Amino acid sequence: MTGASGIAARFQGDVGGFHLDVDFEAPASGVTALFGASGSGKTTVLRCIAGLQRLDGRFSLGGEVWQDETTFRPTHTRPIGYVFQEASLFPHLSVRDNLMFGRRRAAIAPGRPEIRFDEVVSLLGIAPLLDRATTALSGGERQRVAIGRALLSQPALLLMDEPLSALDRPTKDEILPFLEGLHGALSLPVLYVSHDMAEVERLADRVVLLERGRVLGAGPLAAVQADPALPLVRRRDAAATLDAVAGEHDALYGLLTLHVDGGRLVVPAPAAAAGEHRRIRIEAGDVSLAREAPKASSITNILPARILERLEGDKGQVIVVLGLGEDGTGARLLARLTLWSWDHLELAVGQAVLAQVKGVALVPGRAEA
Amino acid sequence: MQGFAAEIAGPIWLTLKLAAVTTVLLLVIGTPLAWWLARSQAWWKEAVATVVALPLVLPPTVLGFYMLVLLGPNGPGGWLAGLWGARTLAFTFEGLVIGSVFYSMPFVVQPIRNAFAAFGTRPLEVAATLRASPLDTFWTVALPLARPGLFTGAVLGFAHTVGEFGVVLMIGGNLPGTTKVLSVAIFDYVETGRWTEAHIVAGGMLVFAFAVILVMTVVEKRLARTGA
Repeated sequence: MTGASGIAARFQGDVGGFHLDVDFEAPASGVTALFGASGSGKTTVLRCIAGLQRLDGRFSLGGEVWQDETTFRPTHTRPIGYVFQEASLFPHLSVRDNLMFGRRRAAIAPGRPEIRFDEVVSLLGIAPLLDRATTALSGGERQRVAIGRALLSQPALLLMDEPLSALDRPTKDEILPFLEGLHGALSLPVLYVSHDMAEVERLADRVVLLERGRVLGAGPLAAVQADPALPLVRRRDAAATLDAVAGEHDALYGLLTLHVDGGRLVVPAPAAAAGEHRRIRIEAGDVSLAREAPKASSITNILPARILERLEGDKGQVIVVLGLGEDGTGARLLARLTLWSWDHLELAVGQAVLAQVKGVALVPGRAEA
Repeated sequence: MQGFAAEIAGPIWLTLKLAAVTTVLLLVIGTPLAWWLARSQAWWKEAVATVVALPLVLPPTVLGFYMLVLLGPNGPGGWLAGLWGARTLAFTFEGLVIGSVFYSMPFVVQPIRNAFAAFGTRPLEVAATLRASPLDTFWTVALPLARPGLFTGAVLGFAHTVGEFGVVLMIGGNLPGTTKVLSVAIFDYVETGRWTEAHIVAGGMLVFAFAVILVMTVVEKRLARTGA
């Protein structure tokens, strides 16, 4: 898929009572989420990539081999940044010295721009904290410093192990914008371990789905979400994420037009620069289907689409994968219907329908590249 | 009393010198040993830890007896002494230092080992992900984080060496200026019926021990509070 230019990882072995056997590739850009329930082996994979744990296997980044049958580069020689679940700041050092710990020891890889101290400090909003003791920081502040410390070690790959999971909701919301900003400001590949789908939908470009130590599937977020062979489509909060391009804005009604592949949507939102990419999220439960256009409806977004797949859901429900556009070649959308509706509308795979979208969420802060 | 002051100055100086040299040696030897005990996965490491702890329960005379055999003319100590033309390490200051190192080792190694174990592997892993080599990590992360344990170990090692008696008597005897330390001096005073002098020295050592432990506890609390 990506060959020598990306991330190629393969690990197998027994760890603490379960067998891990993973093999995946990802491009060396953007955010790739390792997603799965706890115990699926996400953290172990990340630790293997960092060299903190040793299993049989192979890892390379951009053709540079960190581990194979004959090689095992110790952690301190791998150009990584690692953000742990807990901030794990050094208590004997000030915030500034924590930030500089990796910076002092790191070599700047040829061909990569230096990640500068001032840049990181302003990106993460930690300037007022620099001369404080680490013990005087809040949980969110600590994690921001930890992220800055990892970035300043000039990584070629940033590894983040559920960096938000130890934080409460308000603190998460405080940090997420920084992570999103990071993505835009630095062209650094990120592997992001998470068990929180909402986090993945906000941050990730690609997903590697893990279950009990195996890779179930991998690919771009939207493709994995709508893949009928993968478990995400069956989640209660199953959703599709779409790349949307901002269009005209209706100031009177406060409505923004968004163009997606194969259709167009209108959402209540402030004006955006025309041509700006935004990520939107449409939950399967917010999409219903009609055979013909309703005469009068409060639903503003009614898009032509074609039924691509039909899956049995639980308790008399069906899950429908749609392709937007008359010919169904546009972006994928998910709809959850009752079996009764499916039968009474006489729906079938391949059929042209109208997708009525009750709710569209603009994923906060996430400007698509 | 003028005579007593001159008389006791020798043992005081000798005691402090012995304790200082022993403490420095124990920090140098004991810190890597404590690191290994805290981090190694070797199955036999607890056997090593037990050997280190033996002086806690052995009668000092037993330890002293074996030290005497080892340091004497027919033991490795005798061979070592031969390198600079001496016949034996027993009844010498060097011999006392060697004996004291073994005798006080558990008091230094145990607190340092506990301090190393207390912060777990996470700070070391973090350091490794920030490009610090294992040796670099040891100096810049492990040692600073173990500071309270190093401090406690040094103080206990020093104080315990000051209070040493049985081992000294077995391997050092009572040679003024060479092996006659304070605890032996007290013994001497009692033997010869000089109770006033015995009282003064014993009282002084009691106050010293009290002060050491009090100061240590207070400083340790402060170190813990500053998060190091």
